[in-house]
Amino acid sequence: MAAPETFDRPAESTAQAHPLTVRITHWINAVAILVMILSGWRIYNASPLLDFKFPRDLTLGGWLGGALQWHFAAMWLLALNGIVYLVYGFISGHFRRDFLPVTVTAILRDIGEALRGKLPHELGVYNAVQRTAYLSVIVLGVILILSGLAIWKPVQLQELAALFGGYEGARWVHFLAMVVLCLFVLVHVIMVMLVPKTFLPMWTGRAPPGPRESNEEKPA
Amino acid sequence: MRRLFKLDRTPVSPASKEVRRLERRLFLRQSLSLGALTLMSGCSVTDAESVQRVLWAMSRWNDRVQGWLFDPEKLAPVYPESAITRPFPFNAFYDEDEVPEVDAEDYKLELAGLIRERRPWTLPELHALPRTSQVTRHICVEGWSAIGKWGGVPFRTFLERIGADLTAKYVGFKCADDYYTSIDMATALHPQTLLAFTYAGETLPPKFGFPMKLRIPTKLGFKNPKHVTAIYVTNMYPGGYWEDQGYNWFSGS
Ligand code: HEM
Repeated sequence: MAAPETFDRPAESTAQAHPLTVRITHWINAVAILVMILSGWRIYNASPLLDFKFPRDLTLGGWLGGALQWHFAAMWLLALNGIVYLVYGFISGHFRRDFLPVTVTAILRDIGEALRGKLPHELGVYNAVQRTAYLSVIVLGVILILSGLAIWKPVQLQELAALFGGYEGARWVHFLAMVVLCLFVLVHVIMVMLVPKTFLPMWTGRAPPGPRESNEEKPA
Repeated sequence: MRRLFKLDRTPVSPASKEVRRLERRLFLRQSLSLGALTLMSGCSVTDAESVQRVLWAMSRWNDRVQGWLFDPEKLAPVYPESAITRPFPFNAFYDEDEVPEVDAEDYKLELAGLIRERRPWTLPELHALPRTSQVTRHICVEGWSAIGKWGGVPFRTFLERIGADLTAKYVGFKCADDYYTSIDMATALHPQTLLAFTYAGETLPPKFGFPMKLRIPTKLGFKNPKHVTAIYVTNMYPGGYWEDQGYNWFSGS
């Protein structure tokens, strides 16, 4: 992390799969997201948008007031941690280096290779599908936080709320963004389970010894 | 945590002991959900109690942030009458058949606390005050919202008329249905905060808070007390029916 960053990708990826800041913010984010989603489900249940409620036992907070306390406490963790991750990602060049470029051709190629079981996994280098997924979930996180702010402060932040079609519109955007986020987390965790060797490096930052390339698929 | 989120409440918050007792009661009452269990697996009940304390401290922190965010000049959006939600929903901590009946003849609005002229007001006296009306969105803490039209005297005009100490921190309300709540002075003085006597141009019906409610379009629904019977101005944090159970006190929109 402290060492000057270069574009020398292969050399870098052997030494370090994930920078410390990325690892710390990733796991703090995972906890914050879990709290936000589970308490959010309890809040949703108080006045469901659809003819559907989340199973009570899966939710966090016990009752609406408790769930709101969790949600409005964890939002600070989520937002501050997210800001640290974004600032680091831009300033260190992590986003530019590890997420870009991502082209339609590359995505199609990687999907094709993955389907034929020929997509090589190199720790520290994300394939085009991963890049797309990670960039999308960052944008999704920003949408979730902004629509959440609009619901929280529809008068003080009414210009922001208007962007989402007012208070009721922002509620829908917030809800739908949560649904998409849940799908991301589901696929993301399934991919990690399919390629378990990616799990430890996300904690240690080091690629495990042994052959760095295999024919396994990569997590998205 | 304690020091970091020191309460901005002087003098020594009389609520803190009460709040702690409620916390404990609440915690015992609400069986921990599966979600909470997963998060706290390996922790003892004492830890769960300290989790509750952190959550309450964060809620006090959010009160402060909302106080800073609150712009006394910023108006809540207003809507045309065609946008009014019909029928406008009834909502309270009891059912509609338990709505209190307030006798208009006997009714007196009591005043207390940091107010110069504390004599009680009768309904005819209140109705003689200058009136205005507005169509605004009522947003419930549960998430739903509905648009309605309320008419009455700007609360600021009333506070000035009775010689309330406008530099005090809180305005508290007591209601005929035993509900109670309180708001910050900045919100009390907001141009859209009304002491409302009418709904949709008609005398406020019992289910909407006869003889009067406080209509605050910059706060969530539960911060809009109905059947108001007493108003007091104070620097001591007064809490509220839902606030003491865990809803965020400021609850601004
Ligand atoms: C708790 C379950 C989770 C597990 C086990 C997990 C695991 C991982 C692993 C192993 C990687 C590295 C992938 C690789 O090296 O190819 C990763 C990266 C990533 N994960 Fe997760 N993750 C979890 C939750 C989440 C959540 C909830 C989010 C977002 C809402 C998320 C967003 C990301 C992002 C954006 C990256 C790329 C980070 C970067 O390089 O900047 N993860 N995750």
